Amino acid sequence: MSSPTGPATQGTFLGMPAVPPRSPYGTGHLRGERSFPRAAHDELGNEQLRRNLGKATHSIRAKRLAVTGELPDWEQLRDTGSAIKTDTMNRLPELLEQLERKVTERGGTVHWARDGVEANEIVTRLVRETGSDEILKVKSMATQEIGLNEHLASQGIAALETDLAELIVQLADDRPSHILVPAIHRNREEIREIFLRHIPGVDPALDADPARLAAAARAFLREKFMTTKVAVSGANFGIAETGTLAVVESEGNGRMCLTLPEMLITVMGIEKVLPRFQDLEVFLQLLPRSSTGERMNPYTSLWTGVTPGDGPQEFHLVLLDNGRTAALADRIGRAALNCIRCSACLNVCPVYERTGGHAYGSTYPGPIGAVLTPQLAGMHGAKNDPNSSLPYASSLCGACFDACPVKIDIPSLLVELRHQHTEQSGTTAEKLAMKAAAAVMKRPGLFTAAQKAAGLGRVPAGRDGTLSRLPPPLNGWSDSRDTPAPPKQTFRSWFASAEGAAAMRAAAEEGARHTDDAPHTDDAPQEES
Amino acid sequence: MTATARETVLRRVRDALALSDGPEVTVPRGYRTGRSLPDEERLALFVDRLVDYRAQVRTCTAATTAAVLAEVLHTHGARKIGVPPGLDPAWLAGFDGETVTDSAEVPAPSLDALDGVVTGSAVSCAETGTIFLDGAAADQGRRALTLVPDLHVCVVELSSVRTGVPEAVAQLTPEHPITLISGPSATSDIELERVEGVHGPRTLAVVIRTDR
Repeated sequence: MSSPTGPATQGTFLGMPAVPPRSPYGTGHLRGERSFPRAAHDELGNEQLRRNLGKATHSIRAKRLAVTGELPDWEQLRDTGSAIKTDTMNRLPELLEQLERKVTERGGTVHWARDGVEANEIVTRLVRETGSDEILKVKSMATQEIGLNEHLASQGIAALETDLAELIVQLADDRPSHILVPAIHRNREEIREIFLRHIPGVDPALDADPARLAAAARAFLREKFMTTKVAVSGANFGIAETGTLAVVESEGNGRMCLTLPEMLITVMGIEKVLPRFQDLEVFLQLLPRSSTGERMNPYTSLWTGVTPGDGPQEFHLVLLDNGRTAALADRIGRAALNCIRCSACLNVCPVYERTGGHAYGSTYPGPIGAVLTPQLAGMHGAKNDPNSSLPYASSLCGACFDACPVKIDIPSLLVELRHQHTEQSGTTAEKLAMKAAAAVMKRPGLFTAAQKAAGLGRVPAGRDGTLSRLPPPLNGWSDSRDTPAPPKQTFRSWFASAEGAAAMRAAAEEGARHTDDAPHTDDAPQEES
Repeated sequence: MTATARETVLRRVRDALALSDGPEVTVPRGYRTGRSLPDEERLALFVDRLVDYRAQVRTCTAATTAAVLAEVLHTHGARKIGVPPGLDPAWLAGFDGETVTDSAEVPAPSLDALDGVVTGSAVSCAETGTIFLDGAAADQGRRALTLVPDLHVCVVELSSVRTGVPEAVAQLTPEHPITLISGPSATSDIELERVEGVHGPRTLAVVIRTDR
């Protein structure tokens, strides 16, 4: 019996919904090795990174403001975009089935993957069946998230990134640091070095001019485009109504991969589906303007299944869960699935601007990453899970909410995740401290005694009156902040002293004089009689 | 029997929705649709946006199309060009170089030997400077044709230019392979400095026919 709601299904009772699982721990790239504060501490020392990031984020911000300001209906577009995504999430089962039906009708094959491990296996099997041992890649967050390139390499299949920045990152055995411009942490001299070392047959006289570096990549990749039989892409949108898939890009590497190989495999997160073809009129305005600050990106490809005589004659669509249903099951966190990966929130975030993307440890950096990553992969897969530090990687200034084209309230989601984290993390030092504080505050005698004791905290403070390092278990607080020393005297003891009594008397007299004088002072409003 | 991945994922989606209902929404469509501008204003807007993307722009009339196309091809030193099977041969009456008619049988790598390609277009969006190519249309051809050669000369009828994105998208046939182009290929991946032409055509020349 294989009824999906039957008693045979993993211990659930008939009709009782089970909480869907997160992305499995230890797979893919949804988790770094160090907590955000530790990683950020090191990244902050990288001046090159901060200079590049500062220049890039400010310049994209200015362009974005200019082109969104051109549209008098920008806010209406955001409202529509947000509503379409919310509606999509509500209707996800029917939309996914419709997408599957339409793609199949048009000659494509649809695969479903419960997690990254399964998606990697599907792609590997499809590539193997062609007899190829190398494939081309279009820049894709979904395949990065599941670590597809690394998995293929372990199976003896070479995956070559064709987006210029992704290629730079791949050749340098580095990791992307920005959703949109993944090699923004590298400067032109470093890129020249990387090309000279890793591109076979490159002109040794290559200089660091960006145009000549791009030309070197063009020459290297052109032959690959013409000869490689399999390409793997992601998708920006998948239209349920028609089965149409969309990839938005600039360089033409996407068009090359989507058009020239014999087989195309597209890995798409299940949240990327859109109900209607007409919805593209909204997202083709929201995405490029939010992302690169352009009125439109140079190239967008739309394809529906297989077209005889034009493009790949075999098309596979892999629909990926990998924690998305877990995010969907979270009443508040599900809004993070509305993200269209434009990266506008990164470019306005004061925290991202200083730490860069590597500090977040995940494929998804910046404010949206701090929300999406714990939603997909959880925060408690193991002790000291680095993901549990992500909801705190924010000043909650709200700039990301203002910038988001689909109005995801990222600051509120971060606060909710912080709440979930403290609720779930059992007995922590912080929780014990709060409990103790509550008990003490309820009893005035104890509270006075505690405040007196706190005055002793001045002893280890430096001359500037701050404590740079608190003893455990409070060092979690002091690792990333200076703590002001407690005051010499508590308010209660000051109030009870002769000095306090005198000050209060003086204040009372002052107040009485002001009340008497008020009608006669120059700056007070004169009453009309 | 174990559930298939399809059954499992769909069950998880349904379980998730049962556990957390999202807010019911009606999609508002308050943004601008159905806009139109007089020919002159639409043309001016379209040209402004194309030039901003560093496309090269010429206008012509039905009568001068052949002369303008010949001149554009000559300017770029194009001697051997590809054309889709349905391109109006009269457009190339002034071109004295070699013309190769494309078909599905021509291996895509051989398109690399062309100096350029001349095609028509399906629809355009003035506000964003975007040209939509319909791969199923006989005068636009398969996608590889407008991708592999280094020069793309694209003929646009002013009557097919719409004001905004919604007006242009409404003209498309969704199931056809469609390519949106806004200027030539470009990258900003190295220190955010814009460089034209990484993999697609490095030059886009747009010839706008203002009457028929």
